[in-house]
Formats: sequence, structure tokens, C-alpha cells
Amino acid sequence: MKKLTTLATASAIAMVAGGAFAADSITVVSWGGAYTKSQVEAYHKPWMAKTGNQIVSEDYNGGLAEVKAQVEAGNVTWDVVDVEFSDAVRGCDEGLLEEIDHSMLPAAPDGTSAADDFIEGALPDCAVANIVWSTVFAYNSEKTSGVSGIADLFDTAKFPGKRGLRKNPKALLEMALMADGVPAADVYDVLGTDEGVDRAFAKLDTIKGDVVWWEAGAQPPQLLADGEVVMTTAYNGRIFNAVASEGQPFEVNWDGQILDFDLWVIPKGAKNKEAAMDFISFSTDTQRLADQASWISYGPARKSSGPLVGKFHDGSVEMGQHMPTAGENLTNALVNNFEFWADNQDELNERFNAWLAG
Amino acid sequence: MTETTGPLLAADGTPLKRKLAQSLFRSRARAFGLTLPLLAFIIVVFVIPIAQFLTQAVVDDRYSSLMPKSTIALAEWDGVSEPSEALAAAVVADLALAKENKTIGKVATRVNREKSGARSLFTKTARRAAKMEAPFLDALYERDKKWRDIEIWQGMKVASKKYTAAYLAASVDRKITADGKIVRQDEQRRIHITLFQKTIWIAFLVTLFTFLLGYPVAFLLSTLPMRTSNLLLILVLLPFWTSLLVRTTAWIAMLQGEGVLNDLFVAFGIAGDDARFSMIYNLTGTLIAMTHILLPFMILPLYSVMKTIPPSYTRAAKSMGATDWTTFWRVYFPQSVPGIGAGALLVFILAISFYITPALVGGQDGQMISNFIDYHMRGSLNWNLAAALGGVLLVIVLFLFWVYDRVVGIDNMKLG
Repeated sequence: MKKLTTLATASAIAMVAGGAFAADSITVVSWGGAYTKSQVEAYHKPWMAKTGNQIVSEDYNGGLAEVKAQVEAGNVTWDVVDVEFSDAVRGCDEGLLEEIDHSMLPAAPDGTSAADDFIEGALPDCAVANIVWSTVFAYNSEKTSGVSGIADLFDTAKFPGKRGLRKNPKALLEMALMADGVPAADVYDVLGTDEGVDRAFAKLDTIKGDVVWWEAGAQPPQLLADGEVVMTTAYNGRIFNAVASEGQPFEVNWDGQILDFDLWVIPKGAKNKEAAMDFISFSTDTQRLADQASWISYGPARKSSGPLVGKFHDGSVEMGQHMPTAGENLTNALVNNFEFWADNQDELNERFNAWLAG
Repeated sequence: MTETTGPLLAADGTPLKRKLAQSLFRSRARAFGLTLPLLAFIIVVFVIPIAQFLTQAVVDDRYSSLMPKSTIALAEWDGVSEPSEALAAAVVADLALAKENKTIGKVATRVNREKSGARSLFTKTARRAAKMEAPFLDALYERDKKWRDIEIWQGMKVASKKYTAAYLAASVDRKITADGKIVRQDEQRRIHITLFQKTIWIAFLVTLFTFLLGYPVAFLLSTLPMRTSNLLLILVLLPFWTSLLVRTTAWIAMLQGEGVLNDLFVAFGIAGDDARFSMIYNLTGTLIAMTHILLPFMILPLYSVMKTIPPSYTRAAKSMGATDWTTFWRVYFPQSVPGIGAGALLVFILAISFYITPALVGGQDGQMISNFIDYHMRGSLNWNLAAALGGVLLVIVLFLFWVYDRVVGIDNMKLG
């Protein structure tokens, strides 16, 4: 009998211990590939070493569908998710995300408060930005040369061949207008009118027959490597990593680049909210954001991280000039206007889909 | 001799007929009892969730539950005249409430579906709503001139209906106006009808191609000696057992611009190196990959039916002087029709809801309706519209099934 009691006690303790262990294990979800690797190296490993907690890293392909499904089913298994700006705001609107108290974020080393240290717009109600990324266009420099700017992406007479484009009107319509000669500063004013939307679609019409559409970030470098396309839009970090890690002869053209944030969010009802919040504050401090930039060419969302950005982790390349936020890359750049897309995405997506199918 | 006019009785005196019915009922109930677990399983994990999800196509209480006062006021408004002060007051009160409850985002998103631009207007106005004073209509106009746009109010009126046909209308490229009329969607935004037509067309073509390719194969399989035909059957089944994703990806490797087929074409001089064929990421790619993937679903029912056609019939026809063609067309083919019916129905219904293959190889013109249902599930998060599209697709499939039953006859079908 005594033996049985001991056994029961032991297993009870084991269960409690197991439970305690589980509470300190969080699931962090991101976009996979080179990007997730940069986060694992810069955020996950140091955080696990510091706190002794575990991180389960999962990949997904963007969007709020999984978060929505988990929240509505009342069974939230993700603790931290890396999302695009539009999803961070929409998820917050629809009550799918926890509100985040930004005063919990650490100040910069020189004492500047987090609110002032983050780039403007990087701290919406339910999220904390970690990187600035951008949509650029790139080409294979061994096969193509003499590319001057965004207009060439839409010029199949000058550069014959297929184009890779993201199957999403966001950033694409803006690029079409800039290629059509609209200055970056006026893009959203023009796109706000019916004539402007017509103009963007008319520009897209000129290359409609030559487009290979992509959806996952890993596709464009592959399309370029396979020779499926001559030029493609892409996330700048993916192209950089194909060049830096795989030695691909790709070249990024920064003209008409469109800047955007990626942000951490916590799904509503996440089981390990406190550990998740701790992870978010840890990973978005000045040093960690600078560290991440040594693994992939995305700009840190804190101003104080900029000066700390050094070389690529293998010491081969100076990262500064490959950042979307580098001065010389910003001559003709556009910051994604979230408000515009929140208001018009239903209509523009519908029109884009109808245009695609037509 | 005893009287034989009374009913036959069992040993315990009850009429034998009733006794028989009782025992038949018992055995039937037992058989039914055995299927109960499966039935319960299907109802719980299949029928109920799907039915529940499909109700979203016509029920949407986001506006009416979060903006209760203006819902009542909007119901009284005629939808064309200038909004009244009472309506404006109700809207301002609701906006202030929604801001306080942090539900303004949900409301704004809902109205934005009816009228683009409503989202920022709502969030912007809600921030100030608690401080607004009468006259409220003027206060709204002053806050943002967009409130003067009657379409905003009409959008709210449509959104405020808990039971709405708006999503069903949208799924067939129509929209509902504030006064309840159904009109066609702007030309540039019409997409679903074309897509439904294209989906049916693709499913039809795939069925036709699998039939044309599968019939001779099934015929060969059923006439060859057992040992050879078993070997060939494995060749049919092997792809059938391979993951759909793998087969689709294999087609990408085969058909892409720098792929195996194009390389061969270039090597044999059929295509120039700079003018390779586009066989993937378009409708052609979808048709090729789907035909290949669905081929076993045509071959197997055909084979099992053809296997049962006695060879003596064709021999008899020939011995009486029929040509090969007449023998096939008048004697053999009619007997294989039940197999064609089963195969065609199977392929068509699988094809009409195909999703992963068109998503991967469809490019821009090879997309089907299920890709848009997926888009509204995962991309736009408009689950109501996804439910409406799914509902319409279900109705179309059931309708085609009914037509099929009338034309071919479900009893006439044989799966093996």
C-alpha cells in the first residue's frame, strides 16, 4: 500500500513538474527558410539560454486564418506569431490578438524610451515590429544587364522574358504606378481615385501574358535560379541570402522599393502569454534586432540598432548597403500605406482577382 | 381435418406473419445498431460542422449585435432620403459604445465590405464619438465629409441585417442595395459566375480526357491474360497510391519552361530555345495534371465492369458476320456503359472541387472556384462569402447529380 502511495505521489509530482515545464515552452511561428533561421540565431537561442525556457519553432505562410481558427475554437496553441502589418492591425480590429503594453519594452542603451526608439508606426496596439523589409525587384546579373529602374520590370520590349510577381495587389499596384511614372510621394493619392486604379491595371495589362505568379517568399529566388523568369519582385532578404549563402548571381534593384514592417503578435487566449511577452521584449531589444540583421538583410525596427549592424554572420559582406533602409536605397522608395489598404483591400482584391481570371 | 381459414399461428399463439415481422425488425435493428457508431461519427464531425459553417452564408450579426441602437434606426430608414437626426444620434451613441468595448474594428470591417473606405471613417469618427454633441448629423458631417456620402449609410443598412442575402448575392456577382433590390456587381468586380462556369468546364474536360485515355487502357487490362494484366494494373495503381502533391510537383518538373519535356522539344528542334512552350502555370497545366491524377478513378470502375463482360458475346457477334466496329459499338460498348457512368461521375465530382493541383500549377487562368473559397478562408478572412460560395458549389453538384440520375440513372452505375 505504501509503495502504491509513493508511486502515486511520484507521478503526481512528475505531472506537476511536466505542467510547469510545458508552461515555459512557447510556440513561435514565423515564415520559414532563411528568415526563421535569422530569428532562431538572433532571438531564440539567446532567450532559451537566458531563461532556460524552450521554444518550439513553427513555419507558416502568412495570413490570419490559423490564428482565427485557433481563437474561435478556443484552443490556442501558438504563443507568438510573426505577421505582416496589415494582419497585425486587422487581427487587432477583429479581436484575434492580445493587446500589448508597449511600456514593458526595454529602453534603448542610451535611455531613449522604447516608444521613441522604434521607427514611427512600428508599435500598433496589438503588435511590436521587429524588422523593416521591402518588396524589391531582382534579376540574374549574368543573363541581364543595364537595368535602370522600376520601369524596366514592366518593359518586355527592352528586356524580353517572363516576370515573377507576387499574386497580391498590395505593393504590385504601387509598383505599376511608379513604373508608369508616378512619383513615390503621389502614389497613394493617385491610387485613391478610380482613374488611378484603372491606370495601374492598364500598366499590369501590358505584361499580363508574361507573368509567373508567386505566393511564398522562397519562390522568387528559385524562379530566378531555374531561369523561369528574367526579373521578379521579391522580399529583399530572400534575394540577399541567395546571393550571400548560395552564391547566386542575383542583383537587387532598389528603385521603387516598398517598405513594410513585420511584427510579433500574441493570439488572443495564448496559453503562455507571460512567457510570450517576455520573449517579445527580449527579442526586440536593441542588441537582438541588430544581431538579426547579421543573418538576413532586413532593417531593425529600432533606430538605436542601426549603428550596431555589422557584417553578415560569416564575415563576408558588410550588411549596411543591403538594408532597405540604407540611404542610397531610399532615393525612390515608398512606405506601404496601411490605412489605404485596410480601407480598399476588399474592393482592390476583388478587382485584382477578376482581372487575373479574366 | 381442422379449419384452415384462420391465420397460421406460431408456437406461442401469435400469428406467424406478425412473428416474422417482429424477428425481421429485430435483425434489421441489430444491423442498424452496428452502423450507429459510424452514423454518429459522420453526423458529429461532418454534417453538423458543415451545416453550422454554411449558415454563415446567410447569418451575420456582427453589426446588429455590436451597434444595437442604430440597427433599429437603420431598419426604419428608407435607404434613399437624407439620414435623420435620430439615426445620426443612434449611430454616434453606438460608435461611442463600440469604441469603449473595443469592438469598433469588427464593426468597421463589416461595413467596409459593403462600402470601401468605411473602415477608416468609422475608426476615425469613433475616437471622437463620446464627445460629440447634438445636432449629431452636423457633428458627423463636420468630423468627415465622407458622412455626406449616402452610400456609407446604405452600406450600414445592408450590414445591419442579421439575416442577409448579401453574401449569397455576392457569390453570384450580385449585390443588394439598401432598398432591398438585387443588382449586378460592377463589371470590373464580376468574377464568380465566370469562375463557376470555368470550374464546370474544367471538370467536364478532365472527365472527357480521362475517358478517352482510360477506356482503351481498361479494355486492354480486361482482355489481356491475367498475369500481364495484373502487372499493368500495378502501373495504374502505383500513381493512384502516390501522394497527390508529389504527382503535381512531378508535373511541374516535367512541364516547366526549363523542364524535361521542353528540353526534349528543343533537342528535337520542335521548339526554339527562346520560344519554349508554356505548359504549366496556366489552364493547360491544370488540365494535364488533373487528367493524370484522376485517370485511375476512370480506369478502375471501367475495368471492373469490362471484366464481367463475357467474351463469348463478342465472339458470337463476329461469328454472325458483324464487323469489328459493329461488334464493339453494338455489343461491347453498351455493356460497358455502367462503368463509364460510374467513372465519369466519380471523376467529375472529384474534379469540380479540386483544389491543390490548380493552386500549384494553375497560374492565373487555371484557377477554380475552390481556390477562391480557400482565398476567402485564409486570405480575406471573409468566411461568410466562403460559406456562400461553398453552398452554391454544393447546390450545383447536387443539381448535376440529379440531372445525371435522370439521364443515366444512378442504378445504372457500377463501381465494381
